[in-house]
Amino acid sequence: MSEQPQHHSVENPSPQDHNDQKTLTTQNAADYWHTNLRLLAKLLTVWFVVSFGCGILLVDWLDQFTFFGFKLGFWFAQQGAIYVFVALIFIYAWRIQIIERQFGVDDDEGSL
Amino acid sequence: MSTQLLTYLFVGASFALYIGIAIWSRAGSTKDFYVAGGGVHPVVNGMATAADWMSAASFISMAGIISFMGRDGSVYLLGWTGGYVLLALLMAPYLRKFGRFTVPDFIGERYYSKTARMVAVVCLIFVSFTYVAGQMRGVGIVFSRFLEVDVETGVIIGMAVVFMYAVLGGMKGITYTQVAQYCVLIFAYMVPAIFISIMITGNPIPQLGFGSEVADGSGLSVLQKLDSVLTDLGFSAYTQGSKSTIDVFAITAALMFGTAGLPHVLVRFFTVPKVSDARKSAGYALAFIAILYTTAPAVASFARLNLVDTVHNTSYEQAPQWFSNWESTGLVEWQDKNNDGVMQYSAGAANEVAIDRDIMVLANPEIANLPGWVIALVAAGGVAAALSTAAGLLLVISSSISHDLLKQTLMPSITEKQELLFARMAAAVAVCIAGLFGIYPPAFVAQVVAFAFGLAAASLFPAIVLGIFSKRINKQGAIAGMLLGLIFTFVYILYFKFISPELNSAENWLLGISPEGIGFIGMLLNIAAAFAVSRFTAPPPVEVQNLVDDIRIPSGAAVAHSH
Repeated sequence: MSEQPQHHSVENPSPQDHNDQKTLTTQNAADYWHTNLRLLAKLLTVWFVVSFGCGILLVDWLDQFTFFGFKLGFWFAQQGAIYVFVALIFIYAWRIQIIERQFGVDDDEGSL
Repeated sequence: MSTQLLTYLFVGASFALYIGIAIWSRAGSTKDFYVAGGGVHPVVNGMATAADWMSAASFISMAGIISFMGRDGSVYLLGWTGGYVLLALLMAPYLRKFGRFTVPDFIGERYYSKTARMVAVVCLIFVSFTYVAGQMRGVGIVFSRFLEVDVETGVIIGMAVVFMYAVLGGMKGITYTQVAQYCVLIFAYMVPAIFISIMITGNPIPQLGFGSEVADGSGLSVLQKLDSVLTDLGFSAYTQGSKSTIDVFAITAALMFGTAGLPHVLVRFFTVPKVSDARKSAGYALAFIAILYTTAPAVASFARLNLVDTVHNTSYEQAPQWFSNWESTGLVEWQDKNNDGVMQYSAGAANEVAIDRDIMVLANPEIANLPGWVIALVAAGGVAAALSTAAGLLLVISSSISHDLLKQTLMPSITEKQELLFARMAAAVAVCIAGLFGIYPPAFVAQVVAFAFGLAAASLFPAIVLGIFSKRINKQGAIAGMLLGLIFTFVYILYFKFISPELNSAENWLLGISPEGIGFIGMLLNIAAAFAVSRFTAPPPVEVQNLVDDIRIPSGAAVAHSH
């Protein structure tokens, strides 16, 4: 998943004439996909940092801090990361639905 | 009422409930049988996925394993939950958009190849049977301890129940029974956990309890006390790891990517009505799973502390009741090495007490002196966890045989009705094979669990994700990748677990990675091979590239090739 910056318009493209419809829709789909990839890259970075980062690679260093009676690294490994995982999925479901509506590619009945 | 009678009552009532649901939700078509008609509400599907996922291993064994591994046990907690993030973000919505019945369906179509489909079927069957064997062992343990029937009788009863709802109801029957099973198992897990948390710390929330002070006036938290008690007995501290960081990293990764590649979990996301529902459903599934997975480490620490408190330096005559109850199953043993009649629990040669880690959760209510109905509830919960997972696995095995092997490959001319009949027959045969595994458990069950996740991570996960996120990966690349990942992982585990188990130690491992974690390296090899081979062979045909474009977009209309 490359994170190359892509310029695109967020509002729905308004086709001038029907001949352009197909290319515009294809372009729209491509823009949607790049926006999706950037969102995925951000969320997966958080996923990696809380689990492999805080829970495994940095666990000994984080253990010097105390959090609700737990050593912080231990807490991430056995509690915290799991809470963040749940949050990440719902954040993705919420954000991507907004993006889908912007690009007019959502799966609601009767759209586009 | 005696605990025995209560247990019969609870387990019997739960069985009646499952069978009732099965009759109510019989499958009428292959679509019903494979994907429950495709109309399951995301919350319902989330709950069913959670029950499907949480097996006898999660319910019975996991807290016990963590209890004895301490911080190293985090690999299971992180691995078996983190995979859902990958599922929700990288797989579930696209597989739902693809909209067929099985995981090999996707691999076969995306890589326009019957060979790729067959490789996927082989991986799926191997992974799923490995898993089923473990479930049936779980059913056997519960029955032999709580119902005091033979393991054989227990397994046969369990088989009969699964047979009823998996063969009759297919995915539809399984989905709704799994919802009931989730409720039973989570209630059964939480009630004793809450009681024990109150007993030890005064805090009713186990997730906070194991960071709270022990209610014995020592001023130490549960984990601090556990660290000091265990180091006094010669064990390593509970909150310190003893595995190398690279090994913990690799095992966690193999479990995570393996989770995201497990066919019986993936197929659940074919059952929801819409793409957006698949994402939400994965979120609900993980939330329902997290309730148990954040409680498990708390239960683990309470159980270990309790074990030391009640057993160590106690004379055998005064051994607690649970100790003698479980001694009869052979899962708890005491050997009076120094002939003083007192049980010494410690690390090293002087240790006199052997506790099977599988009993920690099951014995917990007894250790904490909870009333009989809690013990009965835990028995019903253990059976629910094992049966729900077994049913989900049997279903993917039967659908891969009837759909991928017969309908799509060997006998394309069969009618839907015949396919449904074959699906039911395959499910029936699979139930019997699983039952045999339960009655004659192969000695290698514990050793092969690493296989299930390692192989799923090294074969199915990359093939699916690359198939969605790269249009350039072609048939040759995918097959080469799957085979390389599969063979590498298989040989590595086979070598260290079966051929030369005496060499199975860190200094002989590749990069210090144990067989449990090698699936991660297998996955990296798979991805590297898939890209390399695809680069030097022809790109996928245009129809396949259009298929990829199509599954990336949630709506059907925005796609150029939709006509």
